[in-house]
Amino acid sequence: MEVKQISVFLENKPGMLTEFAKILQKNDISMKALCLAETPEYGVLRIIVDDNYKIATVLKDEGYVYRVTPVLAAVIPDKPGSLVKILDVLAANDINLEYTYAFITREKDEAYIIIRVQDTEKANKVFREAGIKLLSQDEIDKM
Amino acid sequence: MNNCYQPDIETAPREQIKAWQDERLVRTVKHVYDHVEYYRNKMKAIGLEPGDIKSTEDLYKLPFMSKDDLREAYPYGLLAMPLKDCVRIQSTSGTTGKRVVAFYTQNDIDMWDECCARALVAAGATPEDVVHVSYGYGLFTGGAGFNGGSHKLGSLTLPMSSGNTDRQIQFMTDLHSTILCCTPSYAAYLAETICERGLQDQIDLKAGIFGAEAWSEEMRHDIEDKLGIKAYDIYGLTEISGPGVSYECQEQDGMHINEDNFIAETIDPKTGKPVPDGEKGELVFTSITKEAFPLIRYRTKDICILNNEPCACGRTFKRMSKPLGRSDDMLIVKGVNVFPSQIETVLMNEGYPANYLITVTRENNSDKIELQVEITNEMFSDELSEVSKREKKLVNALKSMLGIYVDVRLVAPKTIERSEGKAKRVIDKRNI
Repeated sequence: MEVKQISVFLENKPGMLTEFAKILQKNDISMKALCLAETPEYGVLRIIVDDNYKIATVLKDEGYVYRVTPVLAAVIPDKPGSLVKILDVLAANDINLEYTYAFITREKDEAYIIIRVQDTEKANKVFREAGIKLLSQDEIDKM
Repeated sequence: MNNCYQPDIETAPREQIKAWQDERLVRTVKHVYDHVEYYRNKMKAIGLEPGDIKSTEDLYKLPFMSKDDLREAYPYGLLAMPLKDCVRIQSTSGTTGKRVVAFYTQNDIDMWDECCARALVAAGATPEDVVHVSYGYGLFTGGAGFNGGSHKLGSLTLPMSSGNTDRQIQFMTDLHSTILCCTPSYAAYLAETICERGLQDQIDLKAGIFGAEAWSEEMRHDIEDKLGIKAYDIYGLTEISGPGVSYECQEQDGMHINEDNFIAETIDPKTGKPVPDGEKGELVFTSITKEAFPLIRYRTKDICILNNEPCACGRTFKRMSKPLGRSDDMLIVKGVNVFPSQIETVLMNEGYPANYLITVTRENNSDKIELQVEITNEMFSDELSEVSKREKKLVNALKSMLGIYVDVRLVAPKTIERSEGKAKRVIDKRNI
């Protein structure tokens, strides 16, 4: 059970993120989670949105360089120590974490961890065996 | 003051210089016609025979040579002597990555060394001096030329080569170097470092000869003040021999062309017609004493002014101005020849789009070259390490093609301006 992350190339200069956010606004695309990794010259914006088909079309039209990446969205209780359990499972199964970021919603007492690993399938399996709940794309879209 | 390495030649009457040039030109034309098919074909194509060239007045009849000819004839096509008589090659980068290779017999090396010795003596060097050569050694002509010139003169020669500034300064202070030879930007960097470390008192330099790249009068004064020396310019190119094709005297007012070995002309780059002395034109050289690799009417693409006025130093050799620009798109960055077409080749080989922008700047007297490239979906990854790995691969490919570090900057697609006609590929912000 994986979800799609949209990774976008942005130059590291004033106004680039604004420009991008305005395009989402104009097209009524809602962002669920956002993470920006940057170098002095450029950044990689990673986002989870509610409509992957629409954003892919829009980004293509607007001429952005982007990539759709499979990631896992783990559900954890919003309290201290929850993350440790997830990381332990990955470490115990020798899975290297490429990057991770988190988000919460207002409705539930849950937090969501976006996890990027090389072998998504394997991580999926070990999480299931450890009883860790993963969100589906459908669930994300409805949030 | 009239310090010449070979006063009989360097201050010879103009008539004598003309007589040498007439005789040597005729001999060289016959030599290449007899031994180089490429020249023979070029001359035959326009119905020219060696007998038609009787003096320098006939020079204009000869066809031009350019870097394209060198590329076409690469590597051995212009060699005018049997390989057994050749003792050395030197090389420089060419327009599309193919290098220019020049051959030397021992006589050619001796002539080149002599030219460099003249430059050293004009800068005040004597056999008592310690000549510190910080030009690169190897295929580049800078190190080899000054090394040979200094040997010829009998000075103690320090074959430092470029880089390793700490070691440069240590040798300079410990061995009391008196003449520094390097690129002007490296001289400026050394001067700055020496001042920063407060070592001015321990430096015994009296003069420097700085060439292989463009530099301004401000830069000259800056280096002279910081190091307490006289700074001299020098000009040369591998195709013709290397540094020492022309050199500055104590008047520091133009570079004397070694006219016993090279005939200089200036032409209109568009029409190829001669331009009178005193006016801007593309510099064209004919080497008239070289054996292995003589070049006839070689278009340097450097825009210069020739000056035939007598010089206060007593030398009678014609002078040339610093190159004022180029008639092609070649850039000289850190003393290295860079053609945009070379960068284009690397981009294509590495799978990048051919839309790019080169920006050259000079910070703290050192050249910097930045290359903006548009990123594509294929090159992009959600992981920074992947993107920077690809970027690094491109940097390495550029370095191996050009020999210098290029600061690559990935930009978003369609951000580099496209123009209808010839795209603007180069922005040179250096004020020189």
